[in-house]
Amino acid sequence: MPAVRETAEQVLELERYKHGFITEVDQEFAPKGLTEATIRFISAKKDEPDWMLEWRLDAFRRWQALEEPRWARLEYPPIDYQDAYYYAAPKAKDGPASLDEVDPELLATYAKLGIPLKEQEVLAGVAGAPRYAVDAVFDSVSVVTTFKKELAAAGVIFCPISEAIREHPELVRKYLGSVVPVSDNYFACLNSAVFSDGSFVYVPPGVRCPMELSTYFRINAAESGQFERTLIIADKGAYVSYLEGCTAPMRDENQLHAAVVELVILEDAEIKYSTVQNWYPGDAEGRGGIYNFVTKRADCREDRAKVSWTQVETGSAITWKYPSCILRGNESAGEFYSIAITNNRQQADTGTKMIHLGANTRSRIISKGISAGRSTNTYRGLVSAHPKAKGARNFTQCDSLLIGKQCGAHTTPYIEARNASAHFEHEATTTRLSEDQLFYAMQRGLSQEEAVQLLVNGFVKDVLQELPMEFAVEAQKLVAISLEGSVG
Amino acid sequence: MTALLSIRDLSARVEEKEILSGLSLDVPAGEVHAIMGPNGAGKSTLSYVLTGRPGYEVTSGTASLAGEDLLALEPNERAARGVFLSFQYPLEIPGVPALTFLRTALNAQRKARGEAEIAAPDFLRLVRAKAAALKIDFDMLKRALNVGFSGGEKKRMEILQMSVLEPKLAILDETDSGLDIDAMRIVAEGVNALRAPDRALLVITHYQRLLDYVQPDRVHVLAGGRIVASGGPELAHQLEAEGYDRYGSLAA
Repeated sequence: MPAVRETAEQVLELERYKHGFITEVDQEFAPKGLTEATIRFISAKKDEPDWMLEWRLDAFRRWQALEEPRWARLEYPPIDYQDAYYYAAPKAKDGPASLDEVDPELLATYAKLGIPLKEQEVLAGVAGAPRYAVDAVFDSVSVVTTFKKELAAAGVIFCPISEAIREHPELVRKYLGSVVPVSDNYFACLNSAVFSDGSFVYVPPGVRCPMELSTYFRINAAESGQFERTLIIADKGAYVSYLEGCTAPMRDENQLHAAVVELVILEDAEIKYSTVQNWYPGDAEGRGGIYNFVTKRADCREDRAKVSWTQVETGSAITWKYPSCILRGNESAGEFYSIAITNNRQQADTGTKMIHLGANTRSRIISKGISAGRSTNTYRGLVSAHPKAKGARNFTQCDSLLIGKQCGAHTTPYIEARNASAHFEHEATTTRLSEDQLFYAMQRGLSQEEAVQLLVNGFVKDVLQELPMEFAVEAQKLVAISLEGSVG
Repeated sequence: MTALLSIRDLSARVEEKEILSGLSLDVPAGEVHAIMGPNGAGKSTLSYVLTGRPGYEVTSGTASLAGEDLLALEPNERAARGVFLSFQYPLEIPGVPALTFLRTALNAQRKARGEAEIAAPDFLRLVRAKAAALKIDFDMLKRALNVGFSGGEKKRMEILQMSVLEPKLAILDETDSGLDIDAMRIVAEGVNALRAPDRALLVITHYQRLLDYVQPDRVHVLAGGRIVASGGPELAHQLEAEGYDRYGSLAA
């Protein structure tokens, strides 16, 4: 039984007793609904200092005054925020005993991704499987200890954000909410009130993080749930590459994900942030699936700071996501590389914002949207240059590929140049996967699936090559899997 | 013994319009046959029907390769059995390097035949040798297939694919069109190098000139959707001199 449902049923049992709100922190869940008490419960559960609780409560009060945005090209029934659980440590006490008990369809997907058996057990939550070794997807030698030692030697802090709140309050208080203010938008505000966990990274001045950091193992270990909060700080001259996501589809029962990611980049520092998002997209008829409302923003706060977002979005029923770059420092630079794939009934409204504030700032946007089935895929982007952003430059390339005749692709670019020396270029194409090309490839011996895969991989190549090597290979397979059965 | 390619009373239509009307043709292994005919006679349609292009509907008749019914197979299954078409207008495949395309195709065919995939070094060695023979710069193979290639380069790329894939039946659809005389010679040498006792070549052309370099064993005239005349190489010369007018009534 899915862990979350199990927890939910336990809560139902309890509610019959009408004992009201349960405050003991050894409980694994908060009752349904969202009130100040829920927030106090979460904060207590996390053993948080008072300032953090106040921060959350402030966010909650602001959230109550906000309205859910409706400007995206997305259609979904109203979300009842009181009919949801905001804290459930979904610890499956009785996971499947072996892989024999795991959904065969899920295993077939793992097999296609080439995930070794031991790691499949971890992903599927089989009892007795190690709870952290998923980072073995990257490096079958390492486990956390060696890894942590090496990071500590370099002075890099990489830990759950709940731990950082306790252990490094001076850093968290300085930077949390400094990129995405508490009441920035409806979903970010909700996240600020109820975030369950997430990652914290601090790379000290002049340090090049000795390895690529990945959230794989930690998110799976903690099963941190719907409201992740990530904060990454690259101090002066530092560099870090961060990989987020899950290349195996977690059959998550949760409906709503509202994550916030904040990146702070100081002078001459650089952050490279890569995401492969493959949450459950719902079935072919659009039943189930994750609503993914994510706020991601990077602040190039000082001169010559650099940030690069790379995302491969293949999952979720609904994706609402605009990883953005605030180019505040002079000569700072932002990049956004995106592959967004929708199939069946999926809907994605995604893109980026490049806010040029400093002089001679540069940005680059490469977006590849692929729509199949009866899905809708929208690129929404803003490029703006403020009066002080003399010599700002942007290049945008937005390409859409349609597979089949029932899907939709939309491109909505907003461009605001408020000084005459800004130089913005925008290119966009929309093409349908050509039957002539498919036939040509099949005449050479490729099956229809292989032909689609080859052509689509050609279409997204410019973005794939921006991903770290291990990710690129898996992303390529994901692209193929998510488009299975989309032709013919 | 039956011919390698055997077509019997084949009729086919495209969007309700009948293009092939009872076409019969035999091409034995080891031979090169030319198909000539006026524009609109159904030459390209024949090549697409044999390779299984969607939209080309067979209404009656049979076509078999080494005794196996071709028409029941998917295009990629036909390819794995050894059917190759050199396209009149080769397609551009953005973002896919020619080398990747070719290796994917070769391995897909080998897999379908139950053979092991070719090892990367062996593949590169093979392609290097074949590309050199066709005077194709190896660096060009790292570029997206046919994107930005000239007409002649595209045709040479078709012949390179053919020589790497080593088909049983190669159909060359107007391979000479758009080629200058030097490119024609290179392509013809590539085609001639593929003559083999176990292979049949079907050369579709409007003009005689490719046949000056690739000597056919038999020449067939396709008009009005069927073969209306067959002969030796001299028939091509006769057509060159007299045109297709005498077949006009048959084509009507």
